[in-house]
This record gives sequence, C-alpha cells and structure tokens, in this order.
Amino acid sequence: MSTATAPSGQTDSAATSAARAFWTRVTSGDVGSLPVIAGLILIWIVFDFLNPNFLSPRNLTNLVVQIADIGIVSVGIVLVLLLGEIDLSVGSVYGLGSAVMAVLSVKYGWAAAPAIGAGILTGTVIGTFQGFFFTRFKIPSFVVTLAGLLTWFGAQLHTLGETGTLNLNDPTIQQLAGQFYSPTVGWSLAVVVIVWLGVDLAITRRRRAVAGLQQTGLVGDLVKFGAIVAVVLGATAVFAADRGVPLALLIVLAFVVGFDLITKRTKFGRHIFAVGGNAEAARRAGISVNGIRVAVFALCGTMAAAGGIMGASNLLAVNYNSGTGDTLLNAIAGAVIGGTSLFGGRGTVWSALTGALVIGSINNGLALLSAASDVKFMITGGVLLAAVTIDAVARQGRQRAGV
Amino acid sequence: MTEAGGWPGGHPPTAPSGGLPPSATTDRQPLLQLKAVSKRFGAVQALSEVDFDVYPAEVVALVGDNGAGKSTLVKTIAGINIPDSGEIWFGGQHVAVHGPRDPVALGISTVYQDLALCDNLDVVANLYLGREELSPPLPLLSEEKMEKRAREVLKTLDVKIPNPRNAVAALSGGQRQSVAVARSVMWQAKVVLLDEPTAALGVQQTKQVLELILRLRNQGLGVVVISHNLANVFEVADRIVVLRLGRRVGTFDRKASSEEAIVAAITGAEFGKFQPEA
Repeated sequence: MSTATAPSGQTDSAATSAARAFWTRVTSGDVGSLPVIAGLILIWIVFDFLNPNFLSPRNLTNLVVQIADIGIVSVGIVLVLLLGEIDLSVGSVYGLGSAVMAVLSVKYGWAAAPAIGAGILTGTVIGTFQGFFFTRFKIPSFVVTLAGLLTWFGAQLHTLGETGTLNLNDPTIQQLAGQFYSPTVGWSLAVVVIVWLGVDLAITRRRRAVAGLQQTGLVGDLVKFGAIVAVVLGATAVFAADRGVPLALLIVLAFVVGFDLITKRTKFGRHIFAVGGNAEAARRAGISVNGIRVAVFALCGTMAAAGGIMGASNLLAVNYNSGTGDTLLNAIAGAVIGGTSLFGGRGTVWSALTGALVIGSINNGLALLSAASDVKFMITGGVLLAAVTIDAVARQGRQRAGV
Repeated sequence: MTEAGGWPGGHPPTAPSGGLPPSATTDRQPLLQLKAVSKRFGAVQALSEVDFDVYPAEVVALVGDNGAGKSTLVKTIAGINIPDSGEIWFGGQHVAVHGPRDPVALGISTVYQDLALCDNLDVVANLYLGREELSPPLPLLSEEKMEKRAREVLKTLDVKIPNPRNAVAALSGGQRQSVAVARSVMWQAKVVLLDEPTAALGVQQTKQVLELILRLRNQGLGVVVISHNLANVFEVADRIVVLRLGRRVGTFDRKASSEEAIVAAITGAEFGKFQPEA
C-alpha cells in the first residue's frame, strides 16, 4: 500500500532523501533527542570502562528504579517548559504529596489506593492554585512557584509533625518501586509494545496513502522503528537477567507514553505548543490561553506529587528531606538535558525519561566509583550547561534558518 | 449611498471570475458597507462620519498618513473597536457588531501586521490553529484530513511552500504572509482586511504577496489593503480610499488617478487647508 504514492526505485533515493531531510533538520537547529542519546551512550561507555559493574543487569535495573521518581516529576516539568513557563515548587509538592500519603497510610490506617489518591490530588490542587495565581494576577510563574516552594515545604513539615520520619509498611505502596515481573511477563509486554508500534506505523502510512498524501520516508521510519525494537528487546533481556521488569519503569513509561500521545495527537496538546510558541496568536485563534495554562500547572503539580509517592516507595519512608535537595533541580535539568527547550514550544515528553537517565547514570556511576557529592554536583552542572548550550545554539540556528 | 437595498436580505450576484472592478457604484451591491461611522478616543476624534464600502471581487486600498484613522477603521470593521455612531451593513443587511467574533462569523477576516503565526508549529497546524480536525471516535487529531485540505487551499491560492509540514519558522517573510492570508480566507471569508501586507518584505516577496491579493480578488473576495506604499497600491487596488484626520477625503478610481493626486489628498495639499508646517 505504501507504493501507492511513493516514487518507484525508492530504496536508494529514499535513503538519500531521508539523510538529506535529517541533515536539514540538524543544520536548521531541530536537533531533537539525538544529543542526549549520544551523550547517554558516551556516559555509559565511560562509566563501564571505569567500573565494569556499571552495565551489569543488576546495576541497570537499580538505575531504572532510582530514576523513576525524577522521571515522573520531569514529565510535568516538560509540559510547563513547553508553555515557556517554569515550576519551581515541584520539589516541595513532591515532599508534601508523599507526606500526605504517608500520614494517611501510617497514622490514619488508610488503604493504599485512597492514600495514594489523596497524595496525588494534593498536587493537583496545588498546581491548579498556582496556575490560577499565575494567570489571574499575571505574576510570573517563576515567582508564584518560588512562593510555592517555601509554602508547600512548610506544609510538608507541618504534615509530618514532630515524628519527622514515617516508615511505610503498606505492602501495596512498597510494591510501586519494589515489584518486579517475571521474564515471561517482560517478554510478553515487549512483544505487545513492538506489535503495537508496528501497527501504528502501518496505520499511519495507510491513512496517508488513502488521503493521497506523500509518505514520510520509509527508510527513516523503519530505522526509527528498528532502533526502538532494539532498545525494547535489549532492556527486556537486561531485566530478565536480573530480578525482572520493574513496575516502577512500567509506571514511568505509562506516564511518558500517555503524555506523549496527549501532547502530539490531541487538541489540548497542540494548544500547549501553540501557547508556548506564540500566546497572542493562540489567543486570537480562539484558544483559551489561560485555561491551557491552568491545566498544565495542575498536571505538573499532579506529576510532582506522583513522583513523590514513587520516591517514598523506593525509600520506604517519608521524612523532612523528601523532595528537598536536588529533586527540583534534577527534574528541571533532566527535561532540558533531554532536549526540551527552555524558551517554550519545543520539546517532547520523552526528554523527561532520557534526561532522567542521564542524570541518574551520572549519580549511579559516581556512587559506584565512591565519588563524593562534590564531584557529582560539578559533573551534573557541566552536563546541564552543555545541554542548555545546545538548546541555545540550536535556537540561533533556527533563527538563522528562518526568516 | 443609494446602492443599498437592491438585494433585500440576499447576497449579491457572484462576481465574474475576471474580477473587473465595478465601474461605478450603481450596478452591484457592496459586500461590506460602513455608514457614517464615528469613533472618539477621549479628546481625539479618530473617525468622523466615515462611509466605506467593499464590493465583491475588488481590492480597496486604504491610505492615509499616520494618525489618519486607517487602523481605527480596520479595527472597527474587525470588531475590536465598537463605533460611537454609524452603521455597519453586510450583504445588504444591517448587522450588530459587539466584538471580534461577530465579523469573523459574518465572513470578515483580518490579517494583522504581526501575522499571529506560531513559529514552532508547521504550516498545517497554523492553518488549523483553534479549528483542529479530529478523527472520531477517538479524540485524536486527524493529521491526514488537515494536511489534505491545507495542501488544497495552498494550491488554490497558488502559495508555493516546499513542504507544509515544515515549521513556519523556516519560511520566508513572503511565505509567512501568504500562510497568514491563506488561513484567513480558508474559513468561508468573503472580505479580507490586510494590514500592511508588504511592509518589511523584499521585492520578490512583495510580488508574491501582491499576486496573492489579485488571486483573492479573482476568486470573488472583497480585499481591503492598508498600505503606505503607493507603488504597491497602484499595482493591485481597484479603488483607493484616502483618510485624513479621521475623515474620508477622497475615493479614487485607480485607473483614472495619478499618484500625485493621491499624495495631495493624503497630505491635504489639494485643499490647502490642513497643510502641515514642516
């Protein structure tokens, strides 16, 4: 069916045209997720060279579970960055959301589901509140959420009370980060994902053919598909060699895939990009700019609290330090390192995962080398600066290419 | 204004595809008509008793010095300014305009100088901004439907864009202007207002945009062009309306007038009354 509109003798010319299209994208500043993937591979090679345990199945599985909380928070940060805004309160919302869940579960004996739900809802309410202040009073989001950072941290301390630390005993809550599924389940999931991706690719091409539209490059599509299949199978094999597929990873992936779909294929997502690209144009096109903004801040708060609950499950406790320290900075740095622009309107939800993997790998690798925090912070800072520089240079490239 | 009322409640006969300008204002009914419209901002009388009309398949240029009331007039037509007095008629009917949505619903669309495009989105997404097509039963965007229609629209208007899937940021100034115009007319527009469409464009790109304006006219639309550039105005306009200090001081048939006469009307030299001192 794909031959309906494609030119004949396509293999060779298609390959060159795909390469040319790719090169045009790179030179015009649309670098996408390539730098982060190249960076990640480089980081892994270096750390494995320094300590061969780094790329062992056990350590890679640990790594994935360690980054789950930041990855989830980062999904919300990506959405806010797409608007061209920032949310500095996510660390405190992470802490408060997990504190609410812990208090309800431990002190009040709530079942896991309602306790988790209440924790997440706390984040939603906070996000909506901040979004309202940002849009209604036109206070820069940076200031509103800076106030939030302080306020919600205070609320977290208050919620936890004098005990300070609450150990989580509920088995369901513990399972979020502690559950692993057998290789059989893992391989079945991998097959489902691959079939789904293949069907999606085929359906898209078929729809374009039916509509009489020019096809996207088949070679490019297949290379992309092949790369994803390789990653899925490779990851499944790694997990199978250790404890199995972590539930934490499946939760992160569910969020990433879900929000990727929302941002790329729904009206709401299209409008997020429009507001981030040119808010005035969006307003004139009849889009409720403030509605989109409040919704995105609500989602960011929700994801921050959800990340906090994942982090609490991994730590098996909630304390005064939950969500403090580098949680906020890692979540923002992850999104930017992953390739989402700080200037709004450009990026993908996948950058939450890839960025979290880069930061997690640095932390994990340096811990294996018994390096102290000083080195860790300096290296993470260097990587962040490199990522932002790529973003800024790409932006200049776009401006040169455009107009 | 005796020409109103020829087609009670109905639409004027469709324009001939040749798009010859109406020689006089007797045989056809205007699409859009402003009758004695006035608007005051505080102490400034921005518009006083301005009559203005646009016929199908014609290009009307609106010229005047800075502060003559061009922008106020366009904003009044676009529903951003509500006139203090006067009437707006559309398709032979008196219409009430309470806000920017009313003219759009009637089929009057405006392209402002800043174009209001999202640079980060592709051409298709910009054309459909705020009117995205879905593919039921799923609430997902139907990229195929949108791209297909977008390509058709661009083809009809003969707008040349390498790939409508490219981001608008990658387009030239003329292409961006063309995309903005295409978006304004693809939703059943009958009258299009273009605010300085050729400002800041190079020679080649200006030509592209002027050709596009003529194509819109040939498809039966009424086009209002605000411009400072009289050379461009003389290339495309059928009629030229001159405003000065909020009043309409002259209407010129392009074929029967000289640039000097227009300049004189703009500056007031013709009447020797409002002559600026420097």
